[in-house]
Amino acid sequence: MLRSRTFQIVVPALLVMALLPLGVGGYILGLLTLAYYYAVFAMSWDLLFGFAGEVNFGPSFLIGVGAYTAALLNHYWMWPIPACLVAGAIAAVIGGAVLAVPALRLTGPYFGLVTLVAVLLLQNMLVLFAGITGGEIGLDLPDVLSIDDSTNYYYALAFMTVSGGILFGLSRSPVGLILQASGQDAIEAAALGFNVAKHKMAAFCISAFFSGLAGAMLIFYLGTASVGTVVDIAVGVNVIIAAVLGGRRTIIGAAVGAIFLIGAGEILRPLGQLSTFVVSAVALVVILFFPSGFMGRLLQSGGRE
Amino acid sequence: MTALLEVSGLTKRFGGLVAVKDIGFSINAGEILGLIGPNGSGKSTVMKCIMGIEKPNAGSVKLDGTDVAGWPTHRIARHGVGIVFQHARPLHRQTILEHIQLALLPDNLFMLVTDHKITRRAEEIAERVGLGQVMHRLPRTLPFADLRRLELAKAIARNPKVVLVDEPFAGLTAGEVADFSALIGSFRAEGHAVLLVDHNVKGVAALVDRVLAMYLGEKITEGTAEEVMRNETVRRVYLGGKIETAARPDREGKGHTPLLDVRGLGVLYGKATALDDVSIHVGEGEFVSVVGLNGAGKTTLFNAISGLVPFSGTVAWRGETLAGKTPGAIARGGIVQCPESRELFGDMSIRENLDLGGQHLTVAEAGKQLDWLFGLFPILKARQGQAARTLSGGEQQMLAIARALMMKPKLLILDEPTLGLAPVILEQLSKALEVLRQTTDITVLLGEQNVTFALPHADRVYVIEHSRIVWEGDPGRFAEEAGAGYL
Ligand SMILES: Nc1ncnc2c1ncn2[C@@H]1O[C@H](COP(=O)(O)OP(=O)(O)OP(=O)(O)O)[C@@H](O)[C@H]1O
Ligand SMILES: [Mg+2]
Repeated sequence: MLRSRTFQIVVPALLVMALLPLGVGGYILGLLTLAYYYAVFAMSWDLLFGFAGEVNFGPSFLIGVGAYTAALLNHYWMWPIPACLVAGAIAAVIGGAVLAVPALRLTGPYFGLVTLVAVLLLQNMLVLFAGITGGEIGLDLPDVLSIDDSTNYYYALAFMTVSGGILFGLSRSPVGLILQASGQDAIEAAALGFNVAKHKMAAFCISAFFSGLAGAMLIFYLGTASVGTVVDIAVGVNVIIAAVLGGRRTIIGAAVGAIFLIGAGEILRPLGQLSTFVVSAVALVVILFFPSGFMGRLLQSGGRE
Repeated sequence: MTALLEVSGLTKRFGGLVAVKDIGFSINAGEILGLIGPNGSGKSTVMKCIMGIEKPNAGSVKLDGTDVAGWPTHRIARHGVGIVFQHARPLHRQTILEHIQLALLPDNLFMLVTDHKITRRAEEIAERVGLGQVMHRLPRTLPFADLRRLELAKAIARNPKVVLVDEPFAGLTAGEVADFSALIGSFRAEGHAVLLVDHNVKGVAALVDRVLAMYLGEKITEGTAEEVMRNETVRRVYLGGKIETAARPDREGKGHTPLLDVRGLGVLYGKATALDDVSIHVGEGEFVSVVGLNGAGKTTLFNAISGLVPFSGTVAWRGETLAGKTPGAIARGGIVQCPESRELFGDMSIRENLDLGGQHLTVAEAGKQLDWLFGLFPILKARQGQAARTLSGGEQQMLAIARALMMKPKLLILDEPTLGLAPVILEQLSKALEVLRQTTDITVLLGEQNVTFALPHADRVYVIEHSRIVWEGDPGRFAEEAGAGYL
């Protein structure tokens, strides 16, 4: 029931998105391309928070590790893009595994603090070794995915669709159920015979894989890697707001939230500084009055209560 | 025949407290061992040590000959031990069926599609425990007894060699206890070893093969149920005496000044009717019991009075309507509810929980009240600094009642206060309520399905069934007119 309802919403939406390049200009396509990568960040974050119950305050740590690994390999060693993407994703998984170790020992807000500190450390390292990393200015990449707007758009759309499909499928699968149980009540899950540490570790690695890969794809789309676009705390905050706004524990909602956030930021750009304020205010209202987010209601109202 | 479960020299310390001290026993396949003892005697801790949720400080836990003491919980579970927790802890967002499916899954990272065999098996189990009608609902929409059924369903699904069952009967009616006994009995028939803890002495005695009695972490005696119940120490520290029906002093004006007047109360949860045209009244100084099976609507009635759920109809308190008042304002007005779910502040100590209750009292008053409550529940005095979350089930119940009394209510609403209390504590609580009635002008509204506790003190009794009041009268007439199904 739930499944079919989700498909009823998602399939037509994807069709429309696929046909968009026929009707809209390069500017909007560029915006949506960015939004689709953000959608993957947000969906990966939702797998960790919504399902495994771990609040990761530093999603941009995983994104940044993936992005900068790919960028450095491309800039200094001229690795081809596919190899850089794979290396970026692997590096993020290793980073995720390193983060997961404290997560499995610390409880409550302490883990969140660890993730926050991880971002700050990464950011400081990048600035400290500015000679290699390009520091605040960023690192130019010799290669880009494509110079054609539509091609870039389709890369992003395909990537979001595949990642979303995998993450959504996982969340609805038996392992997703075990993950939710581990997140909600670890003792109960262990008493049912589940190795909670193993399942949470797996969730971290999956979340890290998609975050890192999306980060790497994003910089090859932009043609440059900079702290401001893939590492800064503000990036992480946007990812979190997008996921919560769209609806926790829905995966799809996270993507909707990301597209909304990027779109709204752009539409309101003429307001200048005020635009951030308006977007934040909207986010606050949604979180206060519809805690289950845009999609929370839509997806869960069928057959569950 | 070798025992399936063999425990010896088991010891568990929490700081300076020895919760379990050198406990040993063995259970064969197809055998049920009952474990009884007063609140806080260490029964749940024994189970947690076997399950690996607490690491024992000493001793061995042999499962089919393998010592599993100190192993992580999930390995012990996979090795063939299952537990039914004292407190049902369902996941909020999963349906009943999903809970059972979860229990059927192997511990594997690569199960990506739902196996239809598992779904079908889960449905079978839901039917078997009587959850067939509600398997697609979320736990929070289900009555208490169904949540307990769910816990048993999970144990059946896991099909462990050794089943640990912690207080399965707490809060259940006689009929439900019989149902549950049959389910637990079926574990024995299928050759499992069962360790059963409960304060329902009759229910335990009827079901078990042997009983072990504990007190303050130590074993007092072991034998057949009859032998153990005859034991002098067990009688003194656990069973206590019978609950007496006290003569009611007919104080002047009692029951005449109306205090609480509920008329035509209706409550809907979504489309389901939880209360339908309920009218009750309570006079000053009265002790009124509301008797009803689980799910009949007692808790909903109390929650409506306390302003926690929206309702239709009127609730008047001392002649003034309570409609539109916040729960906080209602509580300050003198209506204090001690909820079934206890609502303690888990990370705060006993003392802090009590002090919160007495916040609006002057220091002197609060001190006096606290002394009185410590006299009533000595264990709370001894453990003042312990975090509420780590208290045993019965100790938490005592704290919840004490905190409500700390607020010096005009009207005290007690929702299932007997849940999880040892017989001897029931007797103490009963005496305390009697003292309260005799010495203060407190008014009490008691919700219970345990009539042996609800009747002796009551001035008047209401019976609630399927969301409606079906009987009102004197406790003396209850047995013949409405007692069927309760006594
Ligand atoms: N984590 C803990 N820290 C400190 N004390 C604890 C902890 N867990 C349990 N205790 C104490 O150990 C004692 C035994 O608790 P346990 O839960 O085993 O009692 P019980 O026999 O199951 O009682 P009940 O019948 O009330 O459920 C209690 O006095 C309890 O307060
Ligand atoms: Mg207990």
